[in-house]
Amino acid sequence: MATHAPPRTLTSPVAGRTARLATGPSAVDVAHFAAVMLVLLLFLLPFLWMLLSSFKSAREIIKLPPSLVFAPTFENYRTVFATQNFGQYMANSTIIAGGSTLLGLLLGLPAAYSIARFKQHALSLAILLARIVPGITFLIPLFILFRALGMVDTFASLILSHLLVTLPFIVWVMVPFFEAIPVALEEAARVDGASIVQTFGRVILPISGPGIVTGAILAFVFSWNNFMFSVVLATNRTKTLPVAIYNFISYAQIDWGGLMAAAVIITLPVLILAVITQRYVVRGLTAGAVKG
Amino acid sequence: MRFEGFLDRHVRWVFPLPALVFVVVMMAFPIVYTVWNSLTGWSLSEGTPPDFVGLKNYVALIRDQRFLLAAARTFYFTVLAMAVEVVLGVAIALLLNRDFPGKRIVNSIMLLPMMATPVAIAMVWLFMYEPSAGVINHVLRVLGLPTPLWIAGADSVIPALALVDIWQWTPMIVLISLAGLAGLPADPYEAAEVDGATAWQTLWRVTIPMLMPTVTIAALLRLIDALKTFDIIYAMTGGGPGFSSETLNIYTYNQAFSYFSFGYASSALVVFFAIVLGVSLLVSVTRRTVEV
Repeated sequence: MATHAPPRTLTSPVAGRTARLATGPSAVDVAHFAAVMLVLLLFLLPFLWMLLSSFKSAREIIKLPPSLVFAPTFENYRTVFATQNFGQYMANSTIIAGGSTLLGLLLGLPAAYSIARFKQHALSLAILLARIVPGITFLIPLFILFRALGMVDTFASLILSHLLVTLPFIVWVMVPFFEAIPVALEEAARVDGASIVQTFGRVILPISGPGIVTGAILAFVFSWNNFMFSVVLATNRTKTLPVAIYNFISYAQIDWGGLMAAAVIITLPVLILAVITQRYVVRGLTAGAVKG
Repeated sequence: MRFEGFLDRHVRWVFPLPALVFVVVMMAFPIVYTVWNSLTGWSLSEGTPPDFVGLKNYVALIRDQRFLLAAARTFYFTVLAMAVEVVLGVAIALLLNRDFPGKRIVNSIMLLPMMATPVAIAMVWLFMYEPSAGVINHVLRVLGLPTPLWIAGADSVIPALALVDIWQWTPMIVLISLAGLAGLPADPYEAAEVDGATAWQTLWRVTIPMLMPTVTIAALLRLIDALKTFDIIYAMTGGGPGFSSETLNIYTYNQAFSYFSFGYASSALVVFFAIVLGVSLLVSVTRRTVEV
């Protein structure tokens, strides 16, 4: 973020003017640091609680006051994988999120390029509409359609419906990205006798790595997280992780330890992905809201 | 070679064609089909066929107390969540917009709540909210504060759900505001310093007014998404206790997939769709005005 700032003093104009003059950290610096840590901790607490609780035994987990130091057990994870079949659901989630992301790229990259070069704003708006209107708008008719075709609970219907999640993210990220590539670059290749398709494949795509990564990650994560499409369309064979954890509580007695272990299993992959690629993802999520 | 020549000549419709087919089949068709269904009395549970009944569903809808309450609740949830997120988000962004050790990890931490799977997060909050064994009420008891029923109480359920949304999405306002702060010009600050403005005056007369366009857009983006909140509500309460957390999205979902009243659900959907689209149009108009 800081790289976008115009050249000026490193400190914030709001509060940091005098603080830098002192040699060591001032009282203001210390108080500020404490406030920042408190805020960050508040956002982290639910994750820490989830992680901590997932290693507690059934007896330990309902103990009050809760113990922060205890003998960790992997029993909850064993339950989730051995008796709840989470390995299968994880594979399903990966297939569906991966498949719909790849298909999203296949459809989205040429479309985004065409939108950027030929200013096809109507198409761009139509695709982005999938992000704006409530997902249930598409879900009811698609459910009726897939039911009639006997496609409920198939990977094909899930990947197709998740395309409603992935395609808009890819187009949303890629159109501004392609627009920023100078046309002169393509013209040089065209002069050398390359066709437009060759230019797209050999000149444009290779320099679009950061954009493609951003779009693909956002698409994958939001497909992985998607609950509404899956809970209706994935009943059994194609059940994804969010549906599986939801079904977990439908059975009478809540196994909190198992539930927290399941939550860790579902969120950990996306959280790791988000942290590794945070530079791209922040750019993708805030794109459009901030000028320039 | 001839094939590539063909592609080159028609690239402006060949490239976007797959995406266009997708838009027609997976988006335009469902929307038209929903509008048609809303004019039929189709219900699997009542065994009524998809026959044309005119505006009967819409007339029933405006007399349906449960629907009207769901609409009111949707606005209550949305306004509550959005207002807190904006105030808190800007405040946190201002706090973070000052140098401190470890500033680089802020983006990573702020990303986590937004990227984490909502259903999994819902389970963690379910555990923390648990009235007797939950950690939140335990802490409140230790502090001698009253212990609410959270999602188990008819009056506290919407604020409790809004709190989860606030935890999850305030970071979005923070990140967008931080990007906005980084892009502010330095001149007004120099002028304020020359004029001898205090830090407090600079904050209210320079920083906040200049940040407003960015914050407005961020707030409106949140508004659209908050209206559509489904995962956390459905996973944590299913609309309960009673119907006290049933929002428009949950109501429509229940009509469609619990009662299989496709006709009636479609009419509720058209109204819901129109509200979200109306708000989104407002967003694009506002965006154009603030950008001028």
